[in-house]
Amino acid sequence: MSDLIFKLIFISVIFGLSLFIAMYSTYAERKLAAFLQDRLGPNRAGPFGILQPLADGIKLFFKEEFIPKASDRWLFIMGPGFFMITALMTSAVIPFAPDLPWNGQIFSMQAADLNVGILYLFGVVSLGVYGILIGGWASNNKFSLLGAIRAASQNISYELAMGLSIVSLIMVSSSLSLRDIVEQQNGWHWNVLYQPLGFLIFIICAFAETNRAPFDLPECETELVGGYHTEFSSMKLGFYLFAEYINMFVSSAVLATLYFGGYQFPFISSMDPGLTKTLLGAAVMFGKIFFFIFLFIWIRWTLPRFRYDQLMNLGWKVLIPLAVLNIILTGAFILFKS
Amino acid sequence: MIEYKLTNKRKIMFRKPMTFMERIYLPAVLKGMAITLSHLFKKKATIQYPEQKRPMSEVFRGLHILKRDEQGAERCTACGLCALACPAEAITMTAAERKPEEKKLYREEKYASVYEINMLRCIFCGLCEEACPKAAIFLQNDVMAPASFEREDFIYGKDRLVEPLKLN
Repeated sequence: MSDLIFKLIFISVIFGLSLFIAMYSTYAERKLAAFLQDRLGPNRAGPFGILQPLADGIKLFFKEEFIPKASDRWLFIMGPGFFMITALMTSAVIPFAPDLPWNGQIFSMQAADLNVGILYLFGVVSLGVYGILIGGWASNNKFSLLGAIRAASQNISYELAMGLSIVSLIMVSSSLSLRDIVEQQNGWHWNVLYQPLGFLIFIICAFAETNRAPFDLPECETELVGGYHTEFSSMKLGFYLFAEYINMFVSSAVLATLYFGGYQFPFISSMDPGLTKTLLGAAVMFGKIFFFIFLFIWIRWTLPRFRYDQLMNLGWKVLIPLAVLNIILTGAFILFKS
Repeated sequence: MIEYKLTNKRKIMFRKPMTFMERIYLPAVLKGMAITLSHLFKKKATIQYPEQKRPMSEVFRGLHILKRDEQGAERCTACGLCALACPAEAITMTAAERKPEEKKLYREEKYASVYEINMLRCIFCGLCEEACPKAAIFLQNDVMAPASFEREDFIYGKDRLVEPLKLN
């Protein structure tokens, strides 16, 4: 019973935390964009502009809610919600901190320890594109449709390379559970040191999966007005924009978990399990997540957008063969080692 | 194949194929990231306007002012030379004769009963200031014409142009 209550509390904490971090990622994005361009960024709402995300949210709520007459009304409403739900669902299998023993019970800092954690992750992430596709198609607007089609084909092509890069990781770890993968990266045995090529492929695909620059072709402002969310306004638009940041948070968490040892840090094995270990582990985990969020933003304000054929070339002709090569190399390595 | 030669200045260009390091792009990406990161620590170019102001020139030409003389009487005699000099035709005025009891208010026997400058037309060239024989109109170097939502607000009458009386 206490286990169930703990799980409920934990899930709501993670839910709130991912919303909170996504909220402040928008602030970080604007602030960092400004700094990288020698500007100051938002600094009027509260000290250093820290209330800016709140002001943005309130503004979006007060905007006119417009549903085009030619659109498919229900799908149009469903699209943003679907995108948001799938974005929020992904954080369920990520272990955020080491186990916490309390009063003779062991509490796991993970919403669900699935033995097919990675598979679940990929399943939910690939559902995410439906939110964009439904929204873009239901708008009944050619720009939206183009954006949606781009999103779909981009996600499919990059998911392949992503999956293949994960296959070699699984060959090393021989487990699909994210918890096992983190536990194996004890000390300095981070997967990025064993799978550098796999990590490179994975992070490029993560950029493409979250529709962020340099792969933000689905919403490509210069060509497609606003891409798949051209027709959306008010909080529906807010959902699309916000879910992108949640996706960014989750991808950062996945990157940290799979390749950078999750909550592991060099001296963790010499510590006794307890509150300090859990808190320290969580701090390390979130430090890594924040680093990756910073990386996402940094890349966005450095690189220009790909052309569409370049994007497809990179996905199909470079990343997939590289990922296959990585599998072969990893397989050969494991074979010779045994 | 015939080579057409359009001009003598033609220069045959060729693009040398990219090396392997160039083709994998990652070194260039990292270089770009280093450049953007260095900008993170640079001095920002922003001047936060209402709190901070750009230094203005000594001879800046801002909002007009109609001066008074040492006794506090208006210097303008409504000669109309400023209106004539104005290339944007922003100045209009009506002249009136001074009454004996108004001797303290106006310096000369003739004065401007209405004096209006349309700030939407004005180009702040300062020719009115140069044309004025009585040293009555000047462009201030520290005050600018403020923004407004109404067109009417930009027609400045004597109420806003004449220098306020100094209270001794």
